[in-house]
Amino acid sequence: MATDAITTLRADTASLPFVVKLHEWVTTVDHKRLGILYIVYALVFLMIGGVEAAVMRIQLIRPHNNFVSPEVFNQMFTMHGTTMIFFVVMPMLFGFANYLVPLMIGARDMAFPRLNAFSFWLTAFGGILLYFSFLGANGLYGDGTAPDVGWFAYAPLTSKTFSLGHSTDFWTLSLLVSGFGSIGTAVNIIATIFCMRCPGMTLAKMPLLAWLNLVMAVLVILAVSPLSAAQIMLAVDRYLGGHFFDTQAGGSAVIWMHFFWIFGHPEVYVLVIPAFAFASEIIPVFSRKAIFGYPVMVAATVCIAFISMSVWAHHMFTVGMNANANTFFVLSTMAIAVPTGIKIFNWLATMWGGKIHFKTPMLFCIGFLFQFLIAGLTGIMLSAAPFTWHLGNSYFVVAHFHYVIVGAILFATFGAFYYWFPKMAGKMYNETLGKLHFWLFLIGFHLTFDFMHIPGLLGMPRRIYTYEPGRGWDTLNLIVTIGAFFQAAGILVFVANLLWSYFHGETVGSDPWDAWTLEWSTSSPPPVYNFAITPEVRSRRPLWDLKHPEDPDWKYEYMERS
Amino acid sequence: MGITGCSNWRMRFAAQAIVLLYVPVAALADPADRSLSPTNIFAPVSTPAHSIMGLSLFVLAVTAGIFAIVFSLLVYCVVKFGKPVDDNGREPPQVYGSNQVELAWTVIPVLIVVVLFLATARVIASIQKAAQPRNAIRVVAIGHQFWWEYRYPDLKVVTANELHIPVSDPAHPTPTFITLLSADTDHSFWVPRLDGKTDLIPNHPNSMWMDPQLTGLYLGQCAQYCGTQHAKMLLRVYVQSRQDFDHWVAEQNQPAHTSAPVSEGQHIFETTACINCHAVSGTGADGRFGPDLTHLMSRETIASGAAPNTPENLRRWTQNPDSIKPGSKMPAMGLSDQQLDAVTAYLATLH
Amino acid sequence: MSTQPALISDANITWDLPPRGRVAMYCLISAESAIFTIFVVAYLFYVGKSLTGPMPKDVLHAPIFFTICLLSSSLTIHLAVSSLKRAKTSGFPLWWFLTLALGATFLAGTAREWHRLIYNEGLTIQTNLFGTTYYSLVGLHAFHVTVGLLAITTVLLFALLGYVRQEHAERVDVLALYWHFVDAVWVIVFTVVYVIGR
Repeated sequence: MATDAITTLRADTASLPFVVKLHEWVTTVDHKRLGILYIVYALVFLMIGGVEAAVMRIQLIRPHNNFVSPEVFNQMFTMHGTTMIFFVVMPMLFGFANYLVPLMIGARDMAFPRLNAFSFWLTAFGGILLYFSFLGANGLYGDGTAPDVGWFAYAPLTSKTFSLGHSTDFWTLSLLVSGFGSIGTAVNIIATIFCMRCPGMTLAKMPLLAWLNLVMAVLVILAVSPLSAAQIMLAVDRYLGGHFFDTQAGGSAVIWMHFFWIFGHPEVYVLVIPAFAFASEIIPVFSRKAIFGYPVMVAATVCIAFISMSVWAHHMFTVGMNANANTFFVLSTMAIAVPTGIKIFNWLATMWGGKIHFKTPMLFCIGFLFQFLIAGLTGIMLSAAPFTWHLGNSYFVVAHFHYVIVGAILFATFGAFYYWFPKMAGKMYNETLGKLHFWLFLIGFHLTFDFMHIPGLLGMPRRIYTYEPGRGWDTLNLIVTIGAFFQAAGILVFVANLLWSYFHGETVGSDPWDAWTLEWSTSSPPPVYNFAITPEVRSRRPLWDLKHPEDPDWKYEYMERS
Repeated sequence: MGITGCSNWRMRFAAQAIVLLYVPVAALADPADRSLSPTNIFAPVSTPAHSIMGLSLFVLAVTAGIFAIVFSLLVYCVVKFGKPVDDNGREPPQVYGSNQVELAWTVIPVLIVVVLFLATARVIASIQKAAQPRNAIRVVAIGHQFWWEYRYPDLKVVTANELHIPVSDPAHPTPTFITLLSADTDHSFWVPRLDGKTDLIPNHPNSMWMDPQLTGLYLGQCAQYCGTQHAKMLLRVYVQSRQDFDHWVAEQNQPAHTSAPVSEGQHIFETTACINCHAVSGTGADGRFGPDLTHLMSRETIASGAAPNTPENLRRWTQNPDSIKPGSKMPAMGLSDQQLDAVTAYLATLH
Repeated sequence: MSTQPALISDANITWDLPPRGRVAMYCLISAESAIFTIFVVAYLFYVGKSLTGPMPKDVLHAPIFFTICLLSSSLTIHLAVSSLKRAKTSGFPLWWFLTLALGATFLAGTAREWHRLIYNEGLTIQTNLFGTTYYSLVGLHAFHVTVGLLAITTVLLFALLGYVRQEHAERVDVLALYWHFVDAVWVIVFTVVYVIGR
């Protein structure tokens, strides 16, 4: 049987010296190993970004605190934001995409394995370059050296006049480098999905995870490129004496904002759409029902991606655009709420009438649904521009986007970790530790981010290293900080679970969850070639068809073509 | 795959979620409670702030309604559709979709969006397209790292950090229109009880207006990250009765108090680099890089609200600005104790 | 629950998916188009906004000849690929070399124009907004031409050594696609800089 060959393979590799194994990992072009490299890289930076957040929260625990200097605090929020977006969430999602997409479409690897490896190492190097700034640059106002211009690096604060030394250059160059890595991965994902699907798997029969990663990859190509362009312009300004954003020479600070947010808004959909993908795979399996409304889920996602290219200036409502421009962006932003809301209803309808198994992946997905609902609603509030005239650049916005990134994206990603960990490691995780992680993190998340909305409503702007007493912000900030420690505890439990289960977890077979997509037809972990014989499929749930030959999906699916 | 726990567990989860929601709402139980915070956006005293609050409450009500419905559905699913303890191992009926249901939950959100959009568009127009009446007070605010410069072109007043404007009678409004400029990077003017924020961007003039209907001191701070001391670029707006405001303007229009012969402090002020940055009208000091000090003692705070305006703080500030606001643009001038005493005494005469 | 790794259906499906090199090149072209769009937007936004210095109508002379060279190179590369597809082994290196020559001529023309602008007219990237946006946009395009020429040179070397055969036509066509993109971008850059911007 095929499994014997696999166990023999594992026994062989287990006895190789460490240096050889390390060399194999460093030179790998296998999508599964690259996926794991991306994910581990992201986890390491998650902890570093978390430390930066903890430093900020301790500084803000009471007014006029002296835990760190203003210079250090300003570096902390810049590095925290930049790290979390570019070196945690994006690599994490690329890692899962890398691992899962070829398996789910019945392919042997990604379309361009060497480009895959190159893209990973570009991203990895970008992160290291960014962190080298702590040692190698000379930042604003001397001491401390990491970039301190905020993660969106508004002009003209980033010009040579106001940003002395090289801290801003580290920001620019590290993101340029990792941006090219992201584009490389996106090209790979698109080519893989269009060109390497197994026979019978038309686009209409692909798992939703593949569809959503396809949409995400298209968005990366259209969105990261404008950021690269803007960063080249910034480099021209800083190094060649150009005037793109030089207001003294007639240049415009606002045009940086436009270029940045033309990247920045689709970027948040790049981050959230893979989270939708995880939920769309996990919720059906743990509710024991097919996803409700597959065609509309695809159409809604494509709509979201399309509309997301037209909403960017809702990040600029306070910049002084005229009434007509503001009104347009209100309309486009409110419009995007419609396909997004539809998806929430579809997930609920999937759960409706099902038999829900409350295992850790599903718990995290339920948390995702609840929190994404709230995040979407605070987004609708912010889409009403006059409301943003108050709440833009305040802690309300910080709470809103952390609700999306942590409450929705990170929760769904934790669900994905637990769901696919058995496949990747061949061992089951510890369910008790998983549930402990969930509850600790849920409590911490809500303590921090529910209460964080209120200082915003009471006038607290963001990016301030300290605040005045007597504005009603003191107790709220204290509660927000306490929540951070619960979240840290949850993450520690999570990492402990991953490590312990990898070494001591119960061995699993190919399909511990009784699921329906192709990756569950391989062994756990899959062999390096994925499928001994290329599968052929007839429906969206090939394993359901095998397990229920009397009642296969292809008799009932929409858009069935023979 | 066994289920963990029984329906009690699911009930607890649902209850916990409800409690976690209630607490923040309770904290806002009385949005008009001014004692909750002097910078509460739900305690407006000016027309634009009132309009924004009206729209906000409407939007909040709609989103709260949506939340209640969808949350209830989620709770219902979680409570009702868990795997039963006596599960027979058969899969539930597979439902792939429903055209009617999906159409309904597309059309209804579209209608909600249309309503919200129209309400929002109205408020945007009413605030941004408001005409400037002839009796409006005109102020030009120039943002600096890390202080506010205010010029009244019609009233010929130049001051810094503490803005004085007259109260506006709703029957005969006398609004203040502020033109927003910047001398260096981006800033943002946010005094929540008076108006939403508008950014000050170099080479991109903006404007905002307010017509406060209640006298008092209104607080705020810069709301666009502008560098090291962004956090201490505080805003203080004094809304005064018409009489008090006119009195203040008259005082600001006086030239600087000076003594003859020139005091030792004034001599030090004018011969060290102070006059490179600061201006004192009627003397040789006409620097524009730092705040105008002509009527320094008419202000309650120094360093843009960072410290109360007392002789001790003035002396500390002059000796070493970093001791109050580390990273501010004013350098320590390296004056001796005697020089500091003299300069502080001179500054204390600038009423 | 174990399942077989293969699910064999009883229908004989013909399964034709697009070639991955071509798909990847379309993606690359999309990404590059987005980058160029931002530079073009910046150029158009800043037209007429320079505070000082030489203005476009004073110093710009439309490079008609060099444009014809570049656009002709699209024709020659197309002819090269066609002859490779039809296994006309003599035609391919000839047309391919002609493409390289025309592209190189275009680059030489750009270099000459820049020399004149810098040394005779005093327009550098630092001079004013026009200088910044002009050199950035035209320079970005020239960079893409250079990369294309390096790739074309590499293929030419392989061709002269006899390694390029009919079965490689699809791959060479993918490179030709990139070259056509570069030419299309020039049409836009030319229009924006020498027509609209003056």
